Amino acid sequence: MSEKFDVIVVGAGPAGTSCAYTAAQNGLKVLLIERGEYPGAKNVMGGILYRKQLEEIIPEFWKEAPIERPVVEQRFWFLDKESMVTTSYKGLDWGKEPFNNFTVLRAKFDKWFAEKAVEQGALLINETVVTECLVEDGKVIGVKTDRPDGDVYADVVVLADGVNSLLGKQLGFHKEWKPNEVALTVMEVLKIQKKVINERFNIKDDQGVSVEIFGDATQGILGTGFLYTNKDSVNIGVGTTLSGMVKKKLKPYELLERLKDHPMIQPYIEGAETQEYLAHLIPEGGYHAIPKLVGDGVLVVGDAAQFVNAIHREGSNMAMASGKMAAETIIEAKEIGDYSERTLDSYRTTIYDSFIGKDLKKYKEAAHTFEENPQYFQEYIPLMNEAMHTFFSVDGTPKREKQKKIMAKMTAGRGKLGLAKDMYKAWKAVK
Amino acid sequence: MAKTLEDKQYLIRFNCDKKSHLEVLNHDLCATDCPDKACTLFCPGEVYKWEGDRMFVGYEGCHECGSCRIGCPHENIKWEYPKGGHGVVFRLA
Ligand SMILES: Cc1cc2nc3c(=O)[nH]c(=O)nc-3n(C[C@H](O)[C@H](O)[C@H](O)COP(=O)(O)OP(=O)(O)OC[C@H]3O[C@@H](n4cnc5c(N)ncnc54)[C@H](O)[C@@H]3O)c2cc1C
Ligand code: SF4
Ligand code: SF4
Repeated sequence: MSEKFDVIVVGAGPAGTSCAYTAAQNGLKVLLIERGEYPGAKNVMGGILYRKQLEEIIPEFWKEAPIERPVVEQRFWFLDKESMVTTSYKGLDWGKEPFNNFTVLRAKFDKWFAEKAVEQGALLINETVVTECLVEDGKVIGVKTDRPDGDVYADVVVLADGVNSLLGKQLGFHKEWKPNEVALTVMEVLKIQKKVINERFNIKDDQGVSVEIFGDATQGILGTGFLYTNKDSVNIGVGTTLSGMVKKKLKPYELLERLKDHPMIQPYIEGAETQEYLAHLIPEGGYHAIPKLVGDGVLVVGDAAQFVNAIHREGSNMAMASGKMAAETIIEAKEIGDYSERTLDSYRTTIYDSFIGKDLKKYKEAAHTFEENPQYFQEYIPLMNEAMHTFFSVDGTPKREKQKKIMAKMTAGRGKLGLAKDMYKAWKAVK
Repeated sequence: MAKTLEDKQYLIRFNCDKKSHLEVLNHDLCATDCPDKACTLFCPGEVYKWEGDRMFVGYEGCHECGSCRIGCPHENIKWEYPKGGHGVVFRLA
């Protein structure tokens, strides 16, 4: 491989593939390098893919992409031991074009997406690890791979190597992530007959449901569970910050078993057969953890850049959007033949001006607030359940008295002022 | 439904390399300075097992999640990607 490319993209996840696709579509000579047996072989997500960002790359992709179901209902479950408070939104228009979001299985989806980039002219090489960036006079000029004679050169290298971005670290763009900047999540794909899924979730063949699960799912620590419907399987998973897991000495697979056995969850998955068990980190450091994004001849996209909005389970869409923005910057750089940090820096400003920068900024204190204040997960969710239980149980107590009792319980631990403060803090964190 | 981790790990395809991509640098440090042996708890593949006075690393069952690299309080784990095409292979179904 002695020829030189315009762009080398490391990693064929949503970020890298979007970048490769856009660059190749615009006539650039692109090499996309993936360490897995095929794109997606190493990749994991709960499964919610938002339409908008991919549509901007491949219009009407849903007509041919391997999607599972369009999501028509989003449910939120606040679990206590033997009860839950729920809320949801169902919109039938989400089941029609152009849809809101879909469930996907990553191995299938990533493979398809990378093939689309190849159709645009990108060269995809699988089973190849990029072991380091080749740097000359402070400028990235290519990559070293684990193949024999595996050095390859390009004007720009794009790091789309995901949450474990060893390359970003090599370049000194970021230090190692801290245990509270990543969430360790495990999940299972459970095979269930389509008909049974439809009955249990009250949906039709071409409708899907997403469930976000809070509270007892993570034993009160910062984290969430999820349950998403595929065509004839469901994805169930749970994750917490790695720091939380270490502090509480939790085993992730035990957390998952507990969730599966929970009396509120169990009826949905009864009789299912486990198809696969997967584990992965989610970069949840947010705004403060964004690394250096641009250098001479190099850009960072997707999870490698910590572009995840945990509160809205957005990650793959941000990965795709950032990949596309990186490609557009490179296309402009090629026009003037300048790949210096100064020129490529427009990628950084584009990111910060886009929904990615703005959303991450908006939630910049959220994870922090919830981690420092475990009462939200440990106390308020059980209290919420208790309040509902008290209010809706008919036992001869007048409702006004019940409300008084509930309020007294609510404020017992932290006092009225404490409760008000907590509510305000939570509001500020996510507002 | 798979209940135990063993059952779960059994469902995954691992295309193992002969050489480990994980290495515990200093086993004495684990013995003396790491009472919880964090890596034996949070690792989703139970790759780390403390056996008497040494850390046994069953790298064959690694999901390549990166948690042990970040979560080891003593930066005592040398963490690399397995050779291209090797390691965990999530399936297409
Ligand atoms: C359990 C879980 C649930 C999630 N749920 C959702 C969800 O519902 N919706 C959502 O939008 N997002 C979700 N996310 C986040 C989402 O998965 C990521 O944000 C997204 O995959 C990031 O894409 P990426 O291309 O940046 O990185 P990745 O998808 O991680 O891709 C990186 C690629 O680079 C390759 N690679 C890495 N290093 C090298 C190297 N040195 N050489 C060659 N190849 C390399 C990897 O094999 C991989 O293919 C979830 C994540 C997890 C873990
Ligand atoms: S976490 Fe690190 S120091 Fe502790 S036992 Fe594991 S490898 Fe050793
Ligand atoms: S990378 Fe993840 S699965 Fe592999 S040994 Fe480390 S913690 Fe375990």
